[in-house]
Amino acid sequence: MLTDSTLERLRILAESAKYDVSCSSSGTVRRGKQGMVGNTVGGVGICHSFADDGRCISLLKVMLTNYCMYDCAYCVNRRSNDIKRATLSVSELVSITMEFYRRNYIEGLFLSSGVVRNPDYTMERLVAIVRDLRTVHGFNGYIHLKSIPGASRELLNEAGLYADRMSVNIEIPREESLKLLAPEKDHQSVFQPMKLIQQGVLENKEDRRRYRHAPRFVPAGQSTQMIVGATQDSDRDILTMSSALYGQPTIRRVYYSGYISVNTYDSRLPVLKQPPLVRENRLYQADWLLRFYHFKVEEIVDDLHPNLDLELDPKLAWALRHPEAFPIDINTADYEWLLRVPGLGTKSAWLIINARRSCRLTSEHLKKMGVVMKKAKYFITCHELTASTLQPLRGINELSPERLRPLLISPRQQRLAEQEKQLTLNFDD
Amino acid sequence: MVYTFDGTMDGLLTAVFDAFERHEQPEALLTTGDALPLFCERMHEVVTDETRAQRVWTGLEKRLSREALRLITVSWLSEMQELNNPLFMYIFKTFQQPAEKPSIERNFADPDVLSVTNIARKVLHEQLRMKQFVRFQKAKDGTYLAVVSPDHNVLPLIIDHFADRFRDQPWMIYDAHRHYGYYYEGSGHPVRITFENESEVPFSLSDGKLNDDVLSNDDHLFQDLWRTYFKAICIRERINPRKQLSDMPRRYWKYMTEKQ
Ligand code: SF4
Repeated sequence: MLTDSTLERLRILAESAKYDVSCSSSGTVRRGKQGMVGNTVGGVGICHSFADDGRCISLLKVMLTNYCMYDCAYCVNRRSNDIKRATLSVSELVSITMEFYRRNYIEGLFLSSGVVRNPDYTMERLVAIVRDLRTVHGFNGYIHLKSIPGASRELLNEAGLYADRMSVNIEIPREESLKLLAPEKDHQSVFQPMKLIQQGVLENKEDRRRYRHAPRFVPAGQSTQMIVGATQDSDRDILTMSSALYGQPTIRRVYYSGYISVNTYDSRLPVLKQPPLVRENRLYQADWLLRFYHFKVEEIVDDLHPNLDLELDPKLAWALRHPEAFPIDINTADYEWLLRVPGLGTKSAWLIINARRSCRLTSEHLKKMGVVMKKAKYFITCHELTASTLQPLRGINELSPERLRPLLISPRQQRLAEQEKQLTLNFDD
Repeated sequence: MVYTFDGTMDGLLTAVFDAFERHEQPEALLTTGDALPLFCERMHEVVTDETRAQRVWTGLEKRLSREALRLITVSWLSEMQELNNPLFMYIFKTFQQPAEKPSIERNFADPDVLSVTNIARKVLHEQLRMKQFVRFQKAKDGTYLAVVSPDHNVLPLIIDHFADRFRDQPWMIYDAHRHYGYYYEGSGHPVRITFENESEVPFSLSDGKLNDDVLSNDDHLFQDLWRTYFKAICIRERINPRKQLSDMPRRYWKYMTEKQ
């Protein structure tokens, strides 16, 4: 079954798949079943390892084949690239997945593919693999399947019965930019399969209300990814798209992938000496604010600030733009307002809410609860800061945001932001 | 007033019982054999008593939520000396609290409650790491073996997960540091095991590797595939050892196939 060349082909197809940054195995809780192997744990899923680039390895992320008939400018696998091409057979993929899983290397499989012959032909092969895993090999672990744009509704519907999560990547937030880089694609080709999957999920929910044993359809919902820095699209373009997507009932995660100059010869693309990692990180922080901190996208980016501040995390940037919202009284403020305080996260907000039922909190308490007082102290009042006159309060309003800003930027952050501006400069000219 | 106890959970619970019986609040709880503080005038040696311990625990069950009780049990698995005093005080104060008042379990402004909670969190964090980083090898007889040596005694917290996940395969996870493990037959419940003569086990305690004569034939192949995959999936333009180390500290590497 496995031959001498399997190892080399696995290497090629992992290299081809690695630019898809989605890694998580989240969103489904499914206990083990008699006669099957595997379960899924829900929550954030389990990362089994961390590669030398620090990224989590949760699923076996691999392509069925990296041959592709399309020529998307930003993709290593585009047909005009001269790279090693390979294909794994259905039985090879199934066997590697099962054996990796049984050794606790992975949570499951994240399978994608280049498009060969036509979308349905390719999708059929993908479906064959996941069907085999579930029905022949009793695999009950996590499956994330990237759907092939243009594949038929029937195939999507079958795939959804085996996959926990499905995804279609938007890649480029503005349609003009997408058409420039991937003339064979448009937004319709991305949103159409997303919509079909969504319909499937919603119909399935309905079915399950009526018949409790109806099989589940894509229970972990959908995810997507946008490439950052391959086009002129602003953070506002990106985050507005994310926010609209999170408004959909089945989109669970949006990933951001700092563009890596894979195809330097293509003049439509910038030549970056280094992927824009600081920007990518700021986007993840902003995404986090959208999902867990009750922020609206207009509060994070707007006409005046279409791009995130590279030197500051977006929550701190918001706070500096809104001195009038502070100081926040730790002993009385609502949970939502506690979350607005720089240096204070969901965990410490929860600790505060519980602790202040029993006593008035001081900065000593906050420190022990893990609040980053270096940042938070300019934005809050708490027991002794209001009660004592010994230590006059110098918060954001006394200091002014302009004078406070340099105090809150670490030299390291500043250096990284500066470097990144330098290295991506040639794109702006 | 200083109490000494034998370092067991029952001993600690007995200490609480003694403190109430003797109407006093000790300044410190030490493990027998610890160096005593310099000006220690009065001492009480706690004699572990299962009945007393049980009575204290039953009392706790009445006063604390199930979640708080679980956190206490979990914190105990930390095996950290620093836990003894805060845990003793947490339990002591729980009984001092008038019955009509809410329990102190969520008063995180109380340094003892916060310490116990934080230590329990550390343990829970490490049990997650075991679920992440355990690596099995397959033996010729079909058993999957993994060796670990966690900082805290987390095996009891993870075996249900592994029994549920790998329910159709026999496995064993062995804690080389604490010299015990769990064996799962492929059905039923995992059982706790120890080896009478640990030096004769067919695997290495220092790197977890199964001896070649018992390793299944294709295991090397899958290990190689995994190591190849691990290297291939890394994006060289993004190399970030700092992040890798913080998410996967080096002390776990020695048993991990991809890092061997
Ligand atoms: S269709 Fe997918 S694999 Fe093919 S070139 Fe475009 S992005 Fe790459």
